[in-house]
Amino acid sequence: MMKSIKTWILIGFASLLLVACGQGGGGAGSKKSKTLDNTKKAGFVKCGVSQGLPGFSNADASGNWSGIDVDVCRAVAAAVLGDADKVKYTPLSAKERFTALTSGEIDVLARNTTWTLSRDADIGLTFVGVNFYDGQGFMVRKNSGINSVNDFKDGISACTNTGTTTELNMRDFFNSKNIKYEPIAFEKADEVVQAYDAGRCDTYTTDKSGLAAQRTKMSNPDDHKVLPETISKEPLGPVVRQGDAVWEDIVRWSLNTMIEAEEYGVNSSNASSLKDSDNPAIKRLVGSEGELGAAFGLDNDWSLRIIEQVGNYGESYKKHIADTGILPNRGPNQLWTKGGILYVPPAR
Amino acid sequence: MIFKKFNIENKKARDLIPQVITVLALLSVIIYFATNAQINMGNRGISFGFGFLNQEASFDITFSMIEYDGSRSYGRAFLVGLLNTILVSAIGIFFATIAGVIVGVSRLSDNYLIAKVAEWYVEIFRNIPLILQIFFWYFAALRALPLPENGISFNDISFLTIKGWYVPKFIWTNFNIFILSVIAAFIAIYFVNSYATKQREQFGKQLPTTTISLSTLILIPLITFLFFGVSLNFEYPVLKQLSPTVYTYEGGVSIIPELIALALALSMYTATFIAENVRAGILGVSKGQKEAAASIGLNKNQILKLVVMPQALRIIIPPTTNQYLNLTKNSSLAAAIAYPDIVLVFAGTALMQTGRAIEIISITMLTYLTLSILISIFMNWYNKKMAIKEK
Repeated sequence: MMKSIKTWILIGFASLLLVACGQGGGGAGSKKSKTLDNTKKAGFVKCGVSQGLPGFSNADASGNWSGIDVDVCRAVAAAVLGDADKVKYTPLSAKERFTALTSGEIDVLARNTTWTLSRDADIGLTFVGVNFYDGQGFMVRKNSGINSVNDFKDGISACTNTGTTTELNMRDFFNSKNIKYEPIAFEKADEVVQAYDAGRCDTYTTDKSGLAAQRTKMSNPDDHKVLPETISKEPLGPVVRQGDAVWEDIVRWSLNTMIEAEEYGVNSSNASSLKDSDNPAIKRLVGSEGELGAAFGLDNDWSLRIIEQVGNYGESYKKHIADTGILPNRGPNQLWTKGGILYVPPAR
Repeated sequence: MIFKKFNIENKKARDLIPQVITVLALLSVIIYFATNAQINMGNRGISFGFGFLNQEASFDITFSMIEYDGSRSYGRAFLVGLLNTILVSAIGIFFATIAGVIVGVSRLSDNYLIAKVAEWYVEIFRNIPLILQIFFWYFAALRALPLPENGISFNDISFLTIKGWYVPKFIWTNFNIFILSVIAAFIAIYFVNSYATKQREQFGKQLPTTTISLSTLILIPLITFLFFGVSLNFEYPVLKQLSPTVYTYEGGVSIIPELIALALALSMYTATFIAENVRAGILGVSKGQKEAAASIGLNKNQILKLVVMPQALRIIIPPTTNQYLNLTKNSSLAAAIAYPDIVLVFAGTALMQTGRAIEIISITMLTYLTLSILISIFMNWYNKKMAIKEK
C-alpha cells in the first residue's frame, strides 16, 4: 500500500516536471529560419490553398492543383527544395485559413486573400506581396434588366461568402447608396453559386475574378453577367506567419522573381540560355551574377529554378487565368511598363 | 518518516491522496496547455482579450430577432446568433416532439398501412446523415419553390416563394394587457386543474378539464379585445418590383428559407429518435396495467391518459432529453446553408474578421454547454415531476 501511494506522488511530481519543461518549447528563432529548416527536413512546402477556385487554386480530377496561387507555392518549393512539385496542399475555407497559418499547419497561405491593415497588423500574419489586383463586383441575371449598380433598389437580396472582406464591402456599398438589402452569407463558394443559381438571391457579389471563375460553374453561364462597377480594392497575395523574417523574405522574393522575370523577358524556356546575357539584371535573375540566394540561406540558382520550373508571372497568368477564359484581359495585373500596376523592387 | 502518517490504518488519507494527486495532475495538464498557448501566441504577436466584443462588427446579418445592423458591436452580433440558435432549436424541438409522438404511436397502430408508413419514415430519416437532409431540404426544396412573382398564395395574405415565406405582420395595440390576460388565463387553468385533481382523487368525479381549459384560454383574452381596448391589425406582404424581372415582397414578415429548411430537417431527423422512445415507452408499460384499468371500467382514452401515459413518460423522458440536446447541438450545422446561427455569425464571420480564434471558440463552446445544461436542468425537473412518488 505504501508503494502505491509513493507511485501516485511520483506521478504527481513527474507531471509537474513536465509542465516546467514544456514551457521552454514553442518559440520561433529570430536569427535562423525555423520554418526553412523544418521545410527542408520535411521535404515539402506546406501550402494552404482554396477549396477550389478556377484560375487561382483548383484541383483536377486526379488531385493535381493548379492556378496562379498554386504557382506561388510551387515557386517557393522550387527555390527552397529544388523541385516545384514538392508541395503539400491543404484546402482551406475562408474561415479556417488564418488559424491554419498561425497554428503552423501550413507555412504559406496562397488563397486569394485580401491584404488589409487589420489582417496584417492584428492577427499575427504578414502579407508578402500581391499576386493579383482584384476588385469586388456584382453578378446578376442577364434578363433582370439591371445594368448597373445604380439599378439596385430596396429589398434586393445579395449572396456572398462569409468571413471575407466581401461581406464588409457589401455593407459599406449598400449603406453608402442608402439601399436596404438582404445579405445571405454562405461558408463555401459552391453553396453561394447554388443558391444564387436557384434564384434565392438577386445578385452574387465577390471579387470580380471570382465571379468570372464561378460563372463557369452555373447551369447556364450565358444567362449571367458581371456589372461594370468595381466597389472595392482587393489586392490578393500570399501570407506567412509573423516572426520568421527569413521565411517571409523567401516567399516575398519568390513571387517577386516571377514578376521581375516577366519584366526582363526571362521565361521557362529561355532562362538557362540567358546565363551569359549582357544585362546584369538578367544575370542576377538566372544566378550567374551576385550571391543573392545566400541572404536567405539558399544556393545561387534558386531564382533560376523558379523561372524554369514554374515560369514567369506572365506565363502563369496566361496559362491559368487568360487561356481558361476567366479574365483574358490582364487589366491592372499587367506590368508597370505595359500600363498595369505590377511593379516589384529590383532583385539585387 | 513522513509516510508513516499515511499508513494503511489511516483510511481517510489513503482514500484522499490519490484523488488530490489526480486533480493536481489534471490541473497541471490544463495549466501546461494554457501557458503553452499563451507563449505561442506571444511569439506570433497575437494578443489575447475580449475587448473586441465592444468593437463595431461592420457586417450585416440576414435575420435577427433583435435590432441589429453592422454598426452594432460583435457582442450584439453574438446575441443575434445566440437567439437565432435558440429559435431554430425551439422550433425544432416543438415539431420533433409532436411528429415523434404521432409517429411513435402510429408504429403501434393496429392499422397495417399506418404502422408500415411510420416504420418506413423512421428507418429512412434516421439513417441518412443530417447534413445531407439539410442540403436536401434547402437546395432541392428551394429549387422547387417559385420566384416571388409566381409565389404560392395563401388567400392573398401569405406567400411562399424561393426567397422565403412572407406572412402578415401583427400590429398590436395595448399588447401588454393582452399578455397579462394570457397569463391570467394560465393561472386560472392551473387552479381549475388542481381542483379537478382533488375532485377526482377524493370523490372519483371526472371533470371535463380540457374543455374548461381551452375555453378559459380563449375567453379571457377575448374579453380584453371587447372591453380593454386591445386590438390586432395585420400588415400584409405586397409584391414589389425591383427591376423588369426581379421581384420581392414588402411589408409583413419574411420567414427565410434557411430557417424553414433547417427547422424541417432537424425536426424530421430528431422525430425518428423520439418516435422510437415513445414506442419503447408505451411498450414498456406492462399489459397487466391496461387490463387492470379496463377491468375497473375506464374507457380507451382514459386508460391511455390516466394509466399508460404517466408510466410511459417515465421511460420516454430521459432518452428524449438526449434528443433535445442533440437537436440543439445539431443546429450548428446551420452554417452550411447560411442560417445565421451562433456558429455562422460568431464562430464564422466574427472569428474571421477579428482573427480571435481562441476567445471566440471558447465563448461559443461555453454557450452550447450552457444551453445544453439549461435543457438538462429543465428536463430533469420534468422527469422528477413525472417520476413515481413514493408515499
